[in-house]
Amino acid sequence: MSLSPTGALRQSGNLFAMALDVFRTMPRRPFQAREFIQQAWFVASVTILPTALVSIPFGAVIALQIGSLTRQLGAQSFSGAASVLAVLREASPIVTALLIAGAGGTAICADLGARKIRDEIDAMQVLGIDPVHRLVVPRVLASMLVAVLLNGLVSVVGVAGGYFFNVILQNGTPGAYLASFTTLAQLSDLWAAEIKALVFGAIAGIVASYKGLTAKGGPKGVGDAVNQSVVITFMLLFVTNFVMTAVYFQVVPQRG
Amino acid sequence: MGVEICVEGLTKSFGQQVIWQDVSLTLPAGEVSVMLGPSGTGKSVFLKTLVGLLKPERGSITIQGRDLTRLREHELYEVRKLFGVLFQDGALFGSMNLYDNIAFPLREHTRKPESEIRRIVLEKMDMVGLIGAEEKLPGEISGGMRKRAGLARALVLDPEIILFDEPDSGLDPVRVAYLNQLIVDLNAQIDATFLIVTHDIASARQVPDNIGLLFRRELVMFGPREKLLTSDEPVVRQFLNGRMQGPIGMAEEKDAAQVEQELAQLRKGEGRGTGPDATGGPTKTPGSQVMTPRLLPGPGITRPPRWQAIARREAELHGHRSREVADA
Repeated sequence: MSLSPTGALRQSGNLFAMALDVFRTMPRRPFQAREFIQQAWFVASVTILPTALVSIPFGAVIALQIGSLTRQLGAQSFSGAASVLAVLREASPIVTALLIAGAGGTAICADLGARKIRDEIDAMQVLGIDPVHRLVVPRVLASMLVAVLLNGLVSVVGVAGGYFFNVILQNGTPGAYLASFTTLAQLSDLWAAEIKALVFGAIAGIVASYKGLTAKGGPKGVGDAVNQSVVITFMLLFVTNFVMTAVYFQVVPQRG
Repeated sequence: MGVEICVEGLTKSFGQQVIWQDVSLTLPAGEVSVMLGPSGTGKSVFLKTLVGLLKPERGSITIQGRDLTRLREHELYEVRKLFGVLFQDGALFGSMNLYDNIAFPLREHTRKPESEIRRIVLEKMDMVGLIGAEEKLPGEISGGMRKRAGLARALVLDPEIILFDEPDSGLDPVRVAYLNQLIVDLNAQIDATFLIVTHDIASARQVPDNIGLLFRRELVMFGPREKLLTSDEPVVRQFLNGRMQGPIGMAEEKDAAQVEQELAQLRKGEGRGTGPDATGGPTKTPGSQVMTPRLLPGPGITRPPRWQAIARREAELHGHRSREVADA
């Protein structure tokens, strides 16, 4: 990545242009269904296991923190409500996004980067095929779909993990924990989380594809591209997450 | 029938660095042209600019009345269907076997039934001698086979223009000879416009109708093969003869005084009859340059009128030479 200010601006401009291209190309027929299914399956297969394994301790940590916090505040009856809220609203979209970017995005970036430096992308363009339509759109859609689905998985596993740690290890009351689930959380939280996951999936897919398609300088260039794509995705994710959360609180009325 | 490409005042630079500037040439329809140049003079960049993969700073590339440098993205994709490009390493899709690679453009662009696709693919694979290797992956075959498979893929949409990026790099001399023969045969068969980018002098002497030479950020010369092969331009002579004396240095160009000195030495050497010009056949034209006979289409190929004329001219030249040899 170049350090000059114009270089950084150019990079962001190109990235944004690519994002626009992707959305503009999305409705174009014929839809690359085969590529989409392959990629969705591929991204899912590299992310499911790590996601499940990460979300168990993540749910547990939240349960432990909230468990001790609610005890200190004397609000044990709310421990279930708070941990569901934390998992559903923040933890699961973020965990999903990190894993989509870390496991799925890197694979996409490395794959496209390797094709780029082997001239495959150029060859494709010369054959009159738009790589954005043929390769990038299916990948971005695949990572969006898998992000949404994984977000559901993380929510379930995270809440289950929280329940397990709160009830078994911290001697919480199972009934109270379950009963308090809906005191603070509401259905719109789940929708908001899914929308977040969708956007994060799109960002991860677009950044990975952009970095892969602009890789240059041989095999080392591919390595650099993968590295940068993870860093850029993470930065964008946290900024987007903040903005979306702020908007969510303004738009959706909160309980209690 | 091939298509004429008209390049006018083309300039390309990366940042501050000018690759070449003010390149103007016309690739005549249906003819074979070779673009020569020392390594690193932007021959591949020129090729990529011709197909619109890189945008030039100035100038125009006109094909069928359309300026490639000003086309919108989707129009560019349409025009590119006229092109077939053979990339340096074939640029095959690593995840597909050879058959699928070659069938790929047909499956993407046409609604032909699979049986029709199969017929075309096998025909092209036969053309480049790859029958029996359909199931192989690009990673499992040699560089020469990859090049030939890349050529078959470039041919599959019946292009009007075929560009070759260093078809001879990384191949042994025998395979280069076969590939050159294949190129000539193809030109006689499909009549497309060919542009070959290379630094192999032997091929440049045998194959093309026209030769161009890129050096020192500009097109030194572009014209009919005879003109270049008999040219007295120092750069052209140095490159075509592959010698060290002359303007082209190891790293970049040399300074003028040194070039003068070397050329003077060379002229003295030639005067004593020990000039190193001996890379091709034995015919010496008045310019004391070697005129290598042209490669003609193989015996099984029906020659179109253009090639019949070339063959007649070559036969005259050859006949003339064999008489000379007999006299001596």
